[in-house]
Amino acid sequence: MRKFTEILLKTVMRLAAIITCGLLAYIIGTIFMRGFRFITFELLTTQTSYLNDSIGILPNILNTIYIILVTMVIVLPIGIGAAVYLTEYASNRHLVSLISFATETLTGIPSILFGLVGMLFFTQLMGLKQGILAGGLTLVMMVLPTIVANTRESLLTVPDSYREGALALGSGKWHMIRTVVLPNALDGILTGCILSIGRITGESAALLFTAGFGLRLLSFFDALQSSSATLTVALYIYANEHGNFDVSYAIAMVLMLITLLLNLSAARITGKIKDRRNG
Amino acid sequence: MATIIETKKLNLWYGDNQALYGIDSELQDKEITALIGPSGCGKSTFLKTLNRMNDLVDSCRIEGTVMFNGKNIYGDKINVTELRTRIGMVFQKPNPFPMSIYDNIAYGPRLHGVKGRKKLDEIVERSLRQAAIWSETKDCLKKSALGMSGGQQQRICIARALAVEPEVLLMDEPTSALDPISTGKIEELALELKKKYSIIIVTHNMQQASRISDKTAFFLLGKLIEFGDTEQIFNNPQDRRTDDYISGRFG
Ligand SMILES: Nc1ncnc2c1ncn2[C@@H]1O[C@H](COP(=O)(O)OP(=O)(O)OP(=O)(O)O)[C@@H](O)[C@H]1O
Ligand SMILES: [Mg+2]
Repeated sequence: MRKFTEILLKTVMRLAAIITCGLLAYIIGTIFMRGFRFITFELLTTQTSYLNDSIGILPNILNTIYIILVTMVIVLPIGIGAAVYLTEYASNRHLVSLISFATETLTGIPSILFGLVGMLFFTQLMGLKQGILAGGLTLVMMVLPTIVANTRESLLTVPDSYREGALALGSGKWHMIRTVVLPNALDGILTGCILSIGRITGESAALLFTAGFGLRLLSFFDALQSSSATLTVALYIYANEHGNFDVSYAIAMVLMLITLLLNLSAARITGKIKDRRNG
Repeated sequence: MATIIETKKLNLWYGDNQALYGIDSELQDKEITALIGPSGCGKSTFLKTLNRMNDLVDSCRIEGTVMFNGKNIYGDKINVTELRTRIGMVFQKPNPFPMSIYDNIAYGPRLHGVKGRKKLDEIVERSLRQAAIWSETKDCLKKSALGMSGGQQQRICIARALAVEPEVLLMDEPTSALDPISTGKIEELALELKKKYSIIIVTHNMQQASRISDKTAFFLLGKLIEFGDTEQIFNNPQDRRTDDYISGRFG
């Protein structure tokens, strides 16, 4: 009887594993099969033109890069600063745990809510136009917890003996943080960056009302304050409004490749951290 | 012999727990003073009050004075950073930074504004020589200090402390994590260094204390029980508790 349950359990688990892998393979397979045919040089290097009746996603590729840049440039100093403050300076335990709780809660909020708040705050209250800047600022709120959490975790693994060593040599606190703490927390910061870039790349809901739907090719500075669709938003537009699923699948494939690349690099860095800790 | 550090009625609390009780002591220049006593009696705590490393412990509160060269280091107008360059510290567990040997040694001098390759090269070589680790490191200065053995790492840490030219060197059980040969090297080194520096060393090893120190201080439960010439403490202790401890009857 015991043996029977064991076999049953094993079969069920094996089945679950097969279903998961199968599903993943199916998704990747479909997207590649359907998208591959439509990825052309023209698609990747031009913008959509109604006159020529041609479609291009270059603006959306650029918008994605723009918004990653804007978001990271703003979120990194804030996030790293907050993490450093929490781990190295804050002495009020209650405050620290309150802030940790708040940041953890922020991670669980559905992104469409960030979109709504972003729209209210950045476009209506602060008077920004829909565009990369308003979208980027919204994403800052969204990925800030990720950066803070990863940086903090990494800072906590830096042995106190390094800090003591530096202080005992007459180092001031900030000098100590800059020279022996932060450099040793770099991999955690990097992991946070990659995860954040992944989320930014994949985000659509938070950007609908903030970055907008624009498909025109714009320079970086023009895009900041003009409606600009990122790849994910463009996917939605082409599928939903143009009924053009071919382009959507092509975009999906591009996104898939980016995600894959990001995950691989994240895995490599995490691997390196583990090596270092064990060795 | 001149007094370099003098403590007067030094009391210390961690929160509500008193860890040091009215310590009066005079530590002499260019001597090795050994701090001995059972675990938890406050040796490390006492050592850390001398370069204000206890400032890092939030709950720590201190009363009394610690005079260093005639100036109270807990008084106003004391620059803790400067104090810590004049009173260096070597920790129980070797703690080189995860950088090259060269950068480890150059850390302190750079911090204090020494620039220029040549000057730094000089300091690095001098410090490593002083710490008796030059021959083992001169061909691999660019390699990570973490790749060295425990004993070598500890001597690198000593060199790192010496690179800022302190007057006093505090050592908290510097050999407890090391093998006998490395221990011997560090003891020999301490004897050499006392020509130029005052050394205060915490040790659990009675032989070590008697081998290298000029003065010995015996702590028990946060009190300084007996303090005197090492010879006298080991051969003719005045307090029965000192006698019990050094002859191994407790602790
Ligand atoms: N950071 C701290 N916070 C609170 N209490 C502390 C702290 N450091 C030490 N103590 C307490 O102060 C007392 C003296 O500790 P200390 O580390 O100075 O002893 P020690 O003589 O160095 O012992 P050992 O030989 O084990 O190193 C102990 O009761 C210890 O629990
Ligand atoms: Mg100790």
